Amino acid sequence: MTAGFTTDWVIAPAILPAMTAALLIVAWRRDIQMQRIVSVISAVALLGIALFLFDLASDGTVRAYRVGAWPAPFGIVLVLDRLSALMLLLAAGLALAVLIYALAGWDKRGRHFHALFHFQLLGLNGAFLTGDIFNLFVFFEVMLIASYGLMLHGAGARRLRAGFQYVAINLVASTLFLIAVGLIYGITGTLNMADLAQKVPQVTAGNEALLKTGAILLFLVFAIKAAFVPLHWWLPATYAAASAPVAALFAIMTKVGAYAIIRIFGTIFGDGAGALANMVIPWILPAALLTLAVGTIGLLASRRLLDLAAFSIVASMGTLLIAISLFDVDGLTTALYYLVHSTLTGAALFLIVDLISERRGETLDWLVPANPISQAPILGTLFFLIALGVVGLPPLSGFIGKLMVLDATYETPHVWLIWALVLVASLMMTISFARAGSVVFWKTDGRTTGATWATAAIAPMAAVAVLVTASAALSVFAGPAVEVFHATAVQALDPAGYIDAVLTSQPAAQPTGQ
Amino acid sequence: MELLVASAIGLITAVGVYLILQQRTFPIVVGLTLLSYAVNIFLFAAGRLAVNQPPILTGADAYADPLPQALVLTAIVISFGMTALIVVLALRGFLETETDSADIPPDDLKADKR
Repeated sequence: MTAGFTTDWVIAPAILPAMTAALLIVAWRRDIQMQRIVSVISAVALLGIALFLFDLASDGTVRAYRVGAWPAPFGIVLVLDRLSALMLLLAAGLALAVLIYALAGWDKRGRHFHALFHFQLLGLNGAFLTGDIFNLFVFFEVMLIASYGLMLHGAGARRLRAGFQYVAINLVASTLFLIAVGLIYGITGTLNMADLAQKVPQVTAGNEALLKTGAILLFLVFAIKAAFVPLHWWLPATYAAASAPVAALFAIMTKVGAYAIIRIFGTIFGDGAGALANMVIPWILPAALLTLAVGTIGLLASRRLLDLAAFSIVASMGTLLIAISLFDVDGLTTALYYLVHSTLTGAALFLIVDLISERRGETLDWLVPANPISQAPILGTLFFLIALGVVGLPPLSGFIGKLMVLDATYETPHVWLIWALVLVASLMMTISFARAGSVVFWKTDGRTTGATWATAAIAPMAAVAVLVTASAALSVFAGPAVEVFHATAVQALDPAGYIDAVLTSQPAAQPTGQ
Repeated sequence: MELLVASAIGLITAVGVYLILQQRTFPIVVGLTLLSYAVNIFLFAAGRLAVNQPPILTGADAYADPLPQALVLTAIVISFGMTALIVVLALRGFLETETDSADIPPDDLKADKR
C-alpha cells in the first residue's frame, strides 16, 4: 500500500495548518510564547511536507487524493502535480520567513495572529491543491476570511477603512465566482476540473454563449485577485494599510489569481476546449500592459515607501501577466520563474520598508528628509539588493526574469509594444527606487535614530536576508530552476495527465448497498 | 415560474449593484446582502427549476438536482458570516472616525504624526 500511503500525503498541507490554527485558538489563546513555539514548529513542518511533495511531484506523475474515498467526479479531489507542488513550496517558504519576521513583535499587536496566519496558509494550500471549482471557491473564502483578520491585525482608523473596501470588493468577487459556478454547473452538470475538461468540448452550440459567460466571469474573479488594471484599486490601499508581515504574506495572494488562471484556463479551457478554446487569452495581454504601466506610474508618484512597495507588486503582476498571456510552454516557464522571483522580492521589500520606517521615528516611511537611521549600512545594502531585484537589474533574479520575458515575447506580433513598455517601465522603476533610496539613506541630518546593534532584534533582518538570498539563489541556479519550470509548464498545458489521474486511473466504484 | 424567478434575480441584482455604488457604508452592506440573495436563488436555479420532485436519483425520469442545494447551503453560510464581519467593520469604522463614508481618508504625513 506504499502508493496509497504517499498519495495520502497530498492532503497534509491542508490538514496541518487547519489543526495548528484550531489548536492555537483552543489551547493557548493567551500564551503568546506557546503560540510562537507551536506556530514555528508547524511552519517548519509544513515546509518539510512541501519539500517532500515537491520531490514527489518532480517525477512527473499527477497524484489525486480522493477526499473520503469518493470516486471522482462525485467527490472532491485534491490534485498534486508539478505546478501545485511548486506553489505549495513557495507559500511554505515565504510563510516561514514572514513568521520569523513577525516574532520580533508584530504578532503581539493584536490577538490571534498565529491562528489567523495558519488559517491563511490552509486557504492558500487548499486553493493550490483542489481539483474542483466549488472547492476552489471555498478555499478562496478561507484564505480571504483569514486575510480580513490579518489585514485588521493591530487595527487603527485607516486600516479599518481600507479593510472595509478590501472586504467589500472581495465579497463582490465572491458573488461573481458563485454566478460563474452556477452557469458552469447549469450547462455541464459538473464542477470537477478534470471532468469539465472532458465535457466542455462537447457543449452544444446553443449553450456555448452561457458557458462562455461563466468562464469570463471566472476570469474576472481571478483578475480581481491578481489585481489586473482596472480591477487593481483595492491593492495599493490594502497592502499599504496592512501591517508589514501581513503585506509580505499577501505578496503571494495576487499570485493565487495568476495560478488559478493558469490552472483553469490551461486545463479546462485550453487548446482542447473545442469552440471555447483559449477564449480569454486575447484579454490578458492588454490588461497586462496596462497593469505594468499603471504600476510604474504609481511607483513614480509614490510619496512613501509603502506605496512604493504596493505599486511594485502591481507592476510585477503586469510583467508576470505579459508572460502568462503567451499561454505556451515558453511563456509559462517565464511566468513561473517571474512568479517565484516577484513573490520573494515583493515580500522582502515590504519587510525592509518596515525595518527602515520603524527606525525613522515620526517620519515613518514618508519620503522626506529625516534623521539618519541606525544600522544604515546593512539596511541600505539589503534595500539596494531588493530594489535591484524588483527593478530587474543584474545580478539578482529580476534581471533574468525580465530577460526571459523579453526573449519569450520576441516572436509575438506586438513585440515592439511589449519591449518598449517593459524597458521604459524598468527605467522609471529604477528612477523611483533611486530617488527613494537617496532620500532615506543620504538626505539625512542630525542625530541617528533607531535601535542599534546592541538592542535591535536580529531575526527580522535575518528573515529579509533569507528572502534576498533565495532570490540570489534563483539567479545563480537559474539553469536547473528553469528546467524545473519548463517541465512544470509542459505538464500544466497538457490536461491529459491530469484527467487521467483524476478520472481514468481510479479504483472501480463500489457497488452501492441497497 | 421561469419568468418569475429570472426577473426576481435580475431585479435584486440590479438593486444590489445600485446600492454597492453608493458612497456610504450602510447602503453598500445592504447592497452586498441583496447580491448574495440574488446569487443564492441563481445557484438554486442552476439545477433547473422543479416542483414536487425528489432530490435524489430514484430511477424516475424527473428529479430535483440536489447538488446546487448543497452549493447554496455553503454559499449562504459564507455570505452570512461575511455580512456579519462587514457590518462590524462598518460600525467600528464609523465609531472610530465619526463618518460612515466608504472612502479612505487622504493620506498625509501630519495625519500619521497625530
